[in-house]
Amino acid sequence: MKLDQRKYQQLLARKCPRSPLWKDCLKAFLFGGAICTVGEGVSNFWQFRGLDTADAAAATAITMVFFGALLTCLHWYEKLAKHAGAGTIVPITGFANAIVSPAMEFKSEGLVLGLGAKLFVIAGPVLVYGIAASVVYGLILYAMGGGGAA
Amino acid sequence: MNGMEYFNAFWVGGAICAACQVLIDKTKLTPARILVSLVVLGVFLQGIGVYQPVVDYAGAGATVPLLGFGYSLAKGVAKAVAESGLLGVFTGGVTGAAGGIAAAIVFGCLFALLAKPRSKS
Amino acid sequence: MIERIGQRTLRFAGQPVLLSHAAAVGKKEGEGPLGSRFDFVAENDRMGQKSWELAESELQKTAIRRALDKGGVRGEELDAVLAGDLLNQCIGSFLASMHSNVPYLGQYGACSTMAQGLALGACLVEGGAARRALAAASSHFCSAERQYRFPLAYGGQRTPTAQWTATAAGAAVLTAPSYAPAGEGLRITHALFGKMVELGVTDANNMGAAMAPAAYDTLCALLNDLHAAPCDFDCIVTGDLGRVGADLLLTLLREDGIDLSPVYSDCGSLLFSDGQDTHAGGSGCGCSAAVLCGPLLRDMREGKLRRLVFAGTGAMMSPTSVQQGQPIAGICHAVVIERSGA
Repeated sequence: MKLDQRKYQQLLARKCPRSPLWKDCLKAFLFGGAICTVGEGVSNFWQFRGLDTADAAAATAITMVFFGALLTCLHWYEKLAKHAGAGTIVPITGFANAIVSPAMEFKSEGLVLGLGAKLFVIAGPVLVYGIAASVVYGLILYAMGGGGAA
Repeated sequence: MNGMEYFNAFWVGGAICAACQVLIDKTKLTPARILVSLVVLGVFLQGIGVYQPVVDYAGAGATVPLLGFGYSLAKGVAKAVAESGLLGVFTGGVTGAAGGIAAAIVFGCLFALLAKPRSKS
Repeated sequence: MIERIGQRTLRFAGQPVLLSHAAAVGKKEGEGPLGSRFDFVAENDRMGQKSWELAESELQKTAIRRALDKGGVRGEELDAVLAGDLLNQCIGSFLASMHSNVPYLGQYGACSTMAQGLALGACLVEGGAARRALAAASSHFCSAERQYRFPLAYGGQRTPTAQWTATAAGAAVLTAPSYAPAGEGLRITHALFGKMVELGVTDANNMGAAMAPAAYDTLCALLNDLHAAPCDFDCIVTGDLGRVGADLLLTLLREDGIDLSPVYSDCGSLLFSDGQDTHAGGSGCGCSAAVLCGPLLRDMREGKLRRLVFAGTGAMMSPTSVQQGQPIAGICHAVVIERSGA
């Protein structure tokens, strides 16, 4: 038989197992929802301690990043993530995981070019495009007259 | 503080994650691309005024997912532009998200130093 | 003398002797169904080393040392070491042989490296360029993950078609018949160097799909050149197609009216059990190297198998080529091993 790319791709579509979408989504929903519920509790804790809403939000982000980093360090986050998928990638704890895991991994190449340089190898683009988008948004606000609105 | 508040955080946060799971399973989008899209989308949604109501309704359900990171960048920039004009365009975003960024760097270094390498089974 | 028969097959008239072989594997592999059939099972995948790369080279060194010991060959008697792995610049292999003081030839054939090394080694021995040659290959889950995918502690999800890079190494000593004890059993009779076959697979998490067409191409060519049917062999084993790729290969051959299933095995499917959560099975240079140099060649020595086709499969890709949007090609080198005499 002459192998033919189109036919082979059709065979692949038939033969290759696919991710179980509903099961994956349900687990992402439950784990992701649970992490956000914890976040709500943390936020209430900081407000209870007397922080205003804005400061409590920042303190919550810091706390959640701490939890994500701690669980990553203990090798627990990867075990949760195997089941949770997007449920552990999308919350800010996943951002912490994306920073701590390469730092841990590349420590063997030294503290500067290993740990230091690889810290942002996965999460770096989030900062690059997030900050760039905020500057674009700021420019639009400024052009529209000083950003009094929004 | 009541039960509804936690319930709202749970279902909105869970729904955002489940929607991203669909993208991971159904498209060629890698997790890194999805995270980048979420942050940019968060800035955009806040910019057009859609995200603030979601945050008011769901609290951490809206701020803990990475959309919330974009939300704080956008909120920070809006505040800074109103206060200091053109300079705020550049300082506002990072100021708004400074806590999360600095925490990620510091805890990242700290826990990376403490961690022991271990294989998976 | 090396003789070309048919289109692409090489026949070794002098039949280089496969003098000895050894396999060393990691902890998870040792807990798999073949665990008791390896020469060495690591208690800890770090092997007491500073890095995963050093751990891999230590594993390869262990396999090499055991193979030499079992054959009663001293390292300096080797005229060539043909070794390879998956890491950039084959660091696992050159570090393993760095101080061995023997002529070294680094190999890269992705996961087909063991078959490539054996086939080239047989050519060197048959052609008189080497009296004794050693072929070795290794892979390590942790060193491969950090180079090809994500850091170990990163919370990613593996797809159902993904394969698990084996922490494993295999080594085999080849000698010219005149340097082997009389009546020695295993010989390499034929080899076939594979062509790269690319059919538009771009998913780096579906290597089985990328490699199956190459295995199909190589096995068809070999059977054609030898005028043989699958049942002329006791076992035809592919390197690491995994469960997805193995199924695809059998399907492709069935469309040609060839039924491979009675004699077919795949090292990647053999290495791990279903309960070990490796998804589609094992992969990596060390997967086929260790399964061949451990269980399969032992079975041959014990007379359970007499004629074996070892078809090492590899996926030609790198993180750079994938990020630049290039497709993944498969490659498959085949070696025919026979047990002669009693």
